[in-house]
Amino acid sequence: MTMAEGDLAVTELAFVRHTPIAPRPPPATMTGALGWLRANLLSSPFNIALTILIGLLLAWAIPEIVKFLFIDAVWTGSDREACLEFVQHRAIGACWPFVWERLPYFIYGSYPISERWRVDVFFVMLAIGIVWLLWLNAPRRDLGAIYFFLILPVTSFILLTGWSAIGLRPVDTVLWGGVLVTIVVAAVGIVCSLPLGILLALGRRSRMPTVRLLSVIFIEFVRGVPLVTVLFMASVMLPLFIPEQWSPDKLVRALVGIALFASAYMAEVVRAGLQAIPKGQYEGAMAVGLRYAQMMRLVVLPQALKVTIPNIVNTYIGLFKDTTLVFIVGIFDLLRTIEVARIDPKWATPVTSTTGYAVAAIFYLVFCYGMSRYARAMEARLTKGDRR
Amino acid sequence: MATDLPASARPASVVFYNDPRVRSIAYQVALCAVVVFLVYGAASNAIENLARARIASGFGFWDQTAGFDISQTLIKYSSRSSTYGRAFWVGLLNTLLVAGIGIVLATILGFVIGISRLSSNWLLAKVAGCYVEIIRNLPLLLQLLFWYNAVLKALPDIRDSHSIGGRVFLNNRGLFLPTPIFKHGFGGAEIALLAGIIGAIAYRVWARKQQERTGRQAPVLWVTLALVIGLPLATFILSGAPLSFEFPQAGRFNITGGTEVLPEFVALLFGLTIYTAAFIAEVVRAGILAVSRGQSEAAFSLGLRPGPTLRLIVVPQAMRVIIPPLTSQYLNLTKNSSLAVAIGYPDLVQVFTGTVLNQTGQAVEVVAITMLVYLVISLATSLLMNIYNSRMALKER
Repeated sequence: MTMAEGDLAVTELAFVRHTPIAPRPPPATMTGALGWLRANLLSSPFNIALTILIGLLLAWAIPEIVKFLFIDAVWTGSDREACLEFVQHRAIGACWPFVWERLPYFIYGSYPISERWRVDVFFVMLAIGIVWLLWLNAPRRDLGAIYFFLILPVTSFILLTGWSAIGLRPVDTVLWGGVLVTIVVAAVGIVCSLPLGILLALGRRSRMPTVRLLSVIFIEFVRGVPLVTVLFMASVMLPLFIPEQWSPDKLVRALVGIALFASAYMAEVVRAGLQAIPKGQYEGAMAVGLRYAQMMRLVVLPQALKVTIPNIVNTYIGLFKDTTLVFIVGIFDLLRTIEVARIDPKWATPVTSTTGYAVAAIFYLVFCYGMSRYARAMEARLTKGDRR
Repeated sequence: MATDLPASARPASVVFYNDPRVRSIAYQVALCAVVVFLVYGAASNAIENLARARIASGFGFWDQTAGFDISQTLIKYSSRSSTYGRAFWVGLLNTLLVAGIGIVLATILGFVIGISRLSSNWLLAKVAGCYVEIIRNLPLLLQLLFWYNAVLKALPDIRDSHSIGGRVFLNNRGLFLPTPIFKHGFGGAEIALLAGIIGAIAYRVWARKQQERTGRQAPVLWVTLALVIGLPLATFILSGAPLSFEFPQAGRFNITGGTEVLPEFVALLFGLTIYTAAFIAEVVRAGILAVSRGQSEAAFSLGLRPGPTLRLIVVPQAMRVIIPPLTSQYLNLTKNSSLAVAIGYPDLVQVFTGTVLNQTGQAVEVVAITMLVYLVISLATSLLMNIYNSRMALKER
């Protein structure tokens, strides 16, 4: 009774609102573009100073880069005359005709012109294999793996080196160069390092002391020395250890060096994944009567590799960048072909080097950044189950 | 049931070749046999191949006269009288020089960029992020070639060199700086510096004890500055400024005197610093993110301002996460300095695995020595790292 009376009394009071006040919009300086600016760029005197400083830096750097790459760039021409400041009487940016003329050299090296279709076929086959494996919804990815790890290496080898019996003219690896060599070195490193790395990682965690010792020695030794010295070892010491008649060519030696180097790093990545698998998984597998190989293949490795995929891709990015080091042992990878082309008197101008390096930078940036984006997307997808 | 023997007391019913112990031994023996066979084959091939190519073996070359010049030598070296052994030390010192300076610079730059990436300033965070993404995704060798060929070699030649007051010169042959000449009596300032450093450390220890006892803070920064900089400076001026400089002299075709910093050195230092800093920035960022938010919130609620919070609460805890990967970045920088060979900076690999190997042809010995050096550096660092880790690990019950 009293409560109802009280309520009635309150509702009758003139100064009590009967309807709720509509929420007022936040102050204009806290929302929208202005609020964002305030919070993210101008929150304190120090931040204002920083913003102005960086703004000035960008206002100077970005136009310079755009001017060099596009506005002042030379787009047509047949030799260095087109890209010389004192001939053209204007500011000169990137010298694109140089890249345009040398593009086949950057891609194929000195591969015979009539045989270059073979390299194109190789690129297409590789692209199919990569898409098949990396696109997670692709049909029959098991066939894709067989294609990538078995069929592709064999056919590419026959295609690129040649086989007279089926009418493919043999091409010496000395003639290979440019993107072709970069891709071949990277692909061999990628294809060899994973299985070798898994074997070494399993060896390092083995219960057999000899196996463990040998794996540890190999891994720590390779990881302790620079790749340059491994490549030097492969290129000057390997021929000594092998009977003279079998002596491998320069490219194969570098490939051996890269593959061994990459597999030692891969072993550590895989080992980290193996360590992340709880002991119960091993014990469970043993309890249902699986043998060592079955336990690893069916239970442990699928889980271990799943958690390490991002790290594996990161190792591949490192490997892809490291392929440039074959330059030092005299192999004509992309960087080396650019080095050779840039000092060619026909195109020697003050901007030729920078133009060449810009091309290389774009190439490596596209590949490495693409791989790292893929790794991140993969990580997000694989950890979806862990996030709730 | 109860009358059955327990499983352990029953004799093994498996055939001997299914016994895990027998198998394990068999596998190991087989592996050893393969390894021994490979090593033996490689060694016998090497002996045969070396004999055919008439290449000497052994380390006799170490004491032979080298007969080639090295463009940067930290210790006395001459092509006519110095040995290959001396050349080795010259190369090793050059490697350590560029690695040492590179580590210091990369750490500073890496910390600045790593912290910038977490800044509340959107522009700064984005620029730092772009730096990391671009630099990490470009091969170091490309960056070195860019700095060397496109930047430093594009500087004006000697006649048009950039100069600061005619005392410092920069051109495509390098950076020419004045050489300090320490006169008699400079030792006083050195002793004062040493005394200042010891004094500053003692003062810090005292100040900390004082704070723990009474809660009062002593002006540590100012006293340290006064002791480390002021004291040596005062001694230096009082003893009559016993220091002069030998300035580089610009000629028509050459610059004489002064200290020359090779463009190869600058390019390598730039490349290594900028490349490694991007990786260090990521390490630092991960370390800071690993400290839970509650830590800094607790600090704020105790009334600490952002500066001391970062310095006293966040960074000490982040360091535990940062230090191990940071060390491996230092090792990477040291190993990457071997790329010097591509731009001709006379480091260990360029001098020893390059020139000495070409002259002597003794590939096995030369490559083995070079690898041993890097291995010793790596293993020593990991040893120190393990000691540090065990000391820094969280003390739990």
